[in-house]
Amino acid sequence: MDSAPSDRRVDDALALKILIAGGFGVGKTTLVGSVSEIRPLRTEEQLSEVGTAVDDTGGVDEKTTTTVAMDFGRITIRAGLAVYLFGTPGQDRFWFLWDELATGALGAVVLADTRRLQDCFPAVDYFEHRSIPFIVAVNCFPESRSYGAHEVARALDLDQGTPVVLCDARDRDSGKEVLIRLVEYAGRVHTARLLDPVGTEPVG
Amino acid sequence: MTEDMSGTPPHHGSHWYDAEAGPLVRPYAMTGGRTRPVTTTVRFDLIALIDLEEEALEAAGKEAEAFGPEHRALVDLCRIETQSVAELAAETDLPVGVVRVLLGDLVELGCVRVSRPVPPAQLPDEKILREVIDGLRAL
Repeated sequence: MDSAPSDRRVDDALALKILIAGGFGVGKTTLVGSVSEIRPLRTEEQLSEVGTAVDDTGGVDEKTTTTVAMDFGRITIRAGLAVYLFGTPGQDRFWFLWDELATGALGAVVLADTRRLQDCFPAVDYFEHRSIPFIVAVNCFPESRSYGAHEVARALDLDQGTPVVLCDARDRDSGKEVLIRLVEYAGRVHTARLLDPVGTEPVG
Repeated sequence: MTEDMSGTPPHHGSHWYDAEAGPLVRPYAMTGGRTRPVTTTVRFDLIALIDLEEEALEAAGKEAEAFGPEHRALVDLCRIETQSVAELAAETDLPVGVVRVLLGDLVELGCVRVSRPVPPAQLPDEKILREVIDGLRAL
């Protein structure tokens, strides 16, 4: 990176994408907000994209779209290197949005609430099936009973090696630690895949 | 919120759309009704980065009709610093799809360049990840 400011080249710049997933109300917005400057983002999808694909190549677009709001935040590591966080829409029916979000993602954090652990099953399934590196971060709500990481891993039936960390999504340092654990883990997963492209064993 | 928490896999039934899904909007008054970018060679990922081509901008700026106010708003934001598609949408408070169409116009005119998206399943090298981890720690 020796380019002068007047000669910015986007090909030198690198943007990394991390998804923050989990059930409704589990603290995704809180986590994104605690570690980055959070902003609401409006995206919109055409209704025909839902369900079976409708092959419409006509030039006239009169289809109705629906607006979906999500959170995103940016963490600037240095000039030309930034990490973008995207809070995935919580409702199950917006899964079709995830495919775009997940494309090229470095990895994902699945936030879990031990009182409603089942809410994060769909996210865990999603990332496991697509081989996207993810960690589970248990958001420790004050009023919830504390569980150990092992108990949560067993309850979620996670693949061996998938990290489970306890966190407080409101706390900046705690949120940072979650992201660090994810980046470390994603790096290990990708390295393992390079060494053993056909292997299916997850790394620990 | 205890409803709709069945944890079942995604299934797009006919009732997926309701009040919670947000307002239904008319497609894209600001884009002249277009919902897709004119350019088909560029994919605007949410984290694709946009750079300005000042010379082309200057040339295009002489044609008064070339840009609408929203195009100009995007250009102004990119002038401050390199922006991602997601940031441009958030800053202008426009839906991402609208921003994609507007950026497509700018690409066609040669006024902006778009970064190549990171291919799936490809990761920046270890050095970059180390930088990210150190950067996160230093936050």
